[in-house]
Amino acid sequence: MKLELRGITKKFGDFVANDRIDLSVEPGTVHALLGENGAGKSTLMNVLFGLYDADGGEVLVDDEVVHFAGPGDAMRAGIGMVHQHFMLVHPFTVAENVMLGHEQLGSNRLLDIEAARSRVLEISERFGFNVDPDALVEDLSVGAQQRVEIIKALSRDANVLILDEPTAVLTPQETDELLDIVRQLRDAGTSVVLITHKLREVKAVADTITVIRLGKVVGTAEPTASQSELATMMVGRDVTDAVDKAPAKPGDVVLEVTGLSAVNELGYTTLDDVSLEVRAGEILAVAGVQGNGQTELVEAIIGAVKATEGSVTLDGVRLLGRSIKQALNAGIGFVPEDRTTDGLVASFTIENNLVLDLIDDPRFSTRGNIDVDAIESNAKDRIAQFDVRTTSSKASAGSLSGGNQQKVVLARELSRELKLLIASQPTRGLDVGSIEFMHQQIVAERDKGVAVLIVSSELDEVVALADRIAVMYHGKIVGVVPPDTDRKTLGLMMAGAHQEEAA
Amino acid sequence: MSAAENKTEAPEEQGFDGDPRSLLRSVVESNGLVVFLAVLAALVVGAVLVVFADESVQDASSYFFSRPMDTLSAAWGAITDAYVAMFQGSIYNLHADSFSGSIKPLTNSLTFSAPLIFAGLGLGVGFRAGLFNIGAQGQVILGAIMAGFVGFAFHLPFGVHLALAVIGAILGGALWGFIPGLLKATTGAHEVIVTIMLNYVGLYLLAWLLSLESWQAPGSDNPKSPRIDETAEWPSLLGDSFGLHWGFVAALLAAWGVWWLMERSTWGFTFRAVGANPSAATIAGMNVKVTYVLVMVIAGTLAGLAGGTQVLGTEKALTTGIAGSIGFDAITVALLGRSRPLGIVAAGILFGGLRASGPTLQVQAGLPIDIVLVIQSVIVLFIAAPPLVRFLFRLPDPRLVKEVTA
Repeated sequence: MKLELRGITKKFGDFVANDRIDLSVEPGTVHALLGENGAGKSTLMNVLFGLYDADGGEVLVDDEVVHFAGPGDAMRAGIGMVHQHFMLVHPFTVAENVMLGHEQLGSNRLLDIEAARSRVLEISERFGFNVDPDALVEDLSVGAQQRVEIIKALSRDANVLILDEPTAVLTPQETDELLDIVRQLRDAGTSVVLITHKLREVKAVADTITVIRLGKVVGTAEPTASQSELATMMVGRDVTDAVDKAPAKPGDVVLEVTGLSAVNELGYTTLDDVSLEVRAGEILAVAGVQGNGQTELVEAIIGAVKATEGSVTLDGVRLLGRSIKQALNAGIGFVPEDRTTDGLVASFTIENNLVLDLIDDPRFSTRGNIDVDAIESNAKDRIAQFDVRTTSSKASAGSLSGGNQQKVVLARELSRELKLLIASQPTRGLDVGSIEFMHQQIVAERDKGVAVLIVSSELDEVVALADRIAVMYHGKIVGVVPPDTDRKTLGLMMAGAHQEEAA
Repeated sequence: MSAAENKTEAPEEQGFDGDPRSLLRSVVESNGLVVFLAVLAALVVGAVLVVFADESVQDASSYFFSRPMDTLSAAWGAITDAYVAMFQGSIYNLHADSFSGSIKPLTNSLTFSAPLIFAGLGLGVGFRAGLFNIGAQGQVILGAIMAGFVGFAFHLPFGVHLALAVIGAILGGALWGFIPGLLKATTGAHEVIVTIMLNYVGLYLLAWLLSLESWQAPGSDNPKSPRIDETAEWPSLLGDSFGLHWGFVAALLAAWGVWWLMERSTWGFTFRAVGANPSAATIAGMNVKVTYVLVMVIAGTLAGLAGGTQVLGTEKALTTGIAGSIGFDAITVALLGRSRPLGIVAAGILFGGLRASGPTLQVQAGLPIDIVLVIQSVIVLFIAAPPLVRFLFRLPDPRLVKEVTA
């Protein structure tokens, strides 16, 4: 099946989200739609699915003009979509989820769950998905849930499968598995539209690449194009591939963690005898697949979770057993892993978010009296300094894009004298431009002599930022290696192999 | 993945840019308009009920098909009678002999509104800190008990006596707020359950106290305390011919105080942050548990002052029904006022007016006093269902509006 979009235009008021976009997906190919966050990729797909009415242009399936009134029409025409946020019912089994929406009745007038089960098994076996139809969705890993979404689409005979930012939630291994699946689907004759801003993936699987920027198609590219060529097209200017940083000049030990252990509320060990140190003026990056204790490590350091054993000292002062407030006041800046739940109050103004953990600071309040003007002028400075894109400092933080939200969090944490900066997944979900900016800020902080602890599951980021890399696996530090360690070794260490075995 | 990242595809929200449509949009999106329309809709529903409840309309409707105008004019008459009566009962009496008689209804409305404002402010503070405190009623009762006790059992000079009675009201309410706050912070007990139960404890504690001889007026077996000393009363604001007392002014001052607390103090900043996102507040170093206790104590304090106002200003003695339904009406007042002090003052005065108009409605328009309760309830119903109001008045859904403008 051939899917074609011609001259799609979509306006929101004066804002043109899609400007005469042409896109042609040939049968049995992988077509990458590459663009930064906010470039208009999702709007285009929502137009395709009939969720938005286009202001111009048409959709053609096999050279015939079609009009979809809603996602149902699109599905019946053979177009399936896997959203970035999965649309699954968690307490239901895989088979029940796949059946949902087009339930079939068996001969006994009851739901024919058997038919759904065998359908799941058949698809799962055909592509080597390894998904158990009777497993509850809530028990599955994120990668497996995504495969359930793909099965859902395929079970409805999708000839064109649209994957919206499919790897944003996946670990490196799961990403590789997904790319394999995409190749298999293509070989079986299904067209795949891959919406993404990740260049590596595009180069790995795409047959055709369409780059959009600010709502317009800026060009198409061959998968043989270099990453920097693609990045330049996508961002509209040259992007430095590597972080520009001078060699570290490590000073005294600032953070010292010794024999730290912790258990979670279910009694499982999350941290197992972790020891590490971070010196002033260096970046220690903790690498590892998500869920191997990195989150608990930083939370134990700032005092958000209790450690069962061990010690944490900052400049020789014991931190463990103190409150988060005391840890922050001792000179720790903390960029949490999930900015929307832990980093920001979405309904608060940007101004207030910029002083969320500084409200007791003499700059912003005296004896409990808030200095509104000081907060406002602080916001003006920070917004300018960090290039936060917003119409007003009084806008709610929730109205910002992910990159700008993260800038607000970082701007806030860097607005006091720090000894140690801890940043967890500092660039997750951000576009290329924002990632570059965040990295520059972090390196600048290091160069000021601050000790920096980064936790990231993106290997690219770890390699780009780190002066030393600590790899975590199952709550333990597997080893601490220099940043020029090759990726294969790091990958093996992330899977639990010790440095000597991995090398 | 989080919801906000979904938004990354959409450009930032655009503010008002001079386009009149976007100005309208920002008005439409505000809850204020919805609240106003909810009140309006409730008055319309009230009018329909008035028509059905009115006897002359019922009589005329029996020959509706031969002379329909009779029914319609009777209906119109009933509606105007009712709302004129409401106006005269709550704001300005057109038939009074003197100016002071004319404005007496207004002063009555304000008198009724004082405890509603106090208790509404307390609930509003809790709501904004993410606590659904249903316990205003119990806190009002405890405040009334303590204020009443100080008022009739002690005999002190003017000023000192009132101050002590007010402190009593504060302590009583604060205690009844502290208990659920502490239980929530230490054991995780849900404040809704605990405060509802404490309402009963407060109610029956009052009933038991008033069954004791030492709490009853001398020479009487009624569950009613001795009259409080005049030295403990809220002084009258406009002279003795009016019921309005300084308690109303105190309520306005409290509203200003709550505004300062929530908008200009670090405590209020913390309360709001904890209410909007407790986990971000925790990571920012705020102590969520201490905040819960503090907020409940403040909520209780304000509700206690409501009870104090009732005893020291309006009733001047402690009775089993001293709290009426103030603690529950205050929930509506706080919701109607969107938990903002100014809104709560406005909503408190509206509800004070509705209560004050009840007797006039009954006497002048011959309508059951329950109509007022129906109107109150319908207001709540509409407030609780903004989509219904938007549907009735053909307002766009703010979420859709946002998507389109984004």
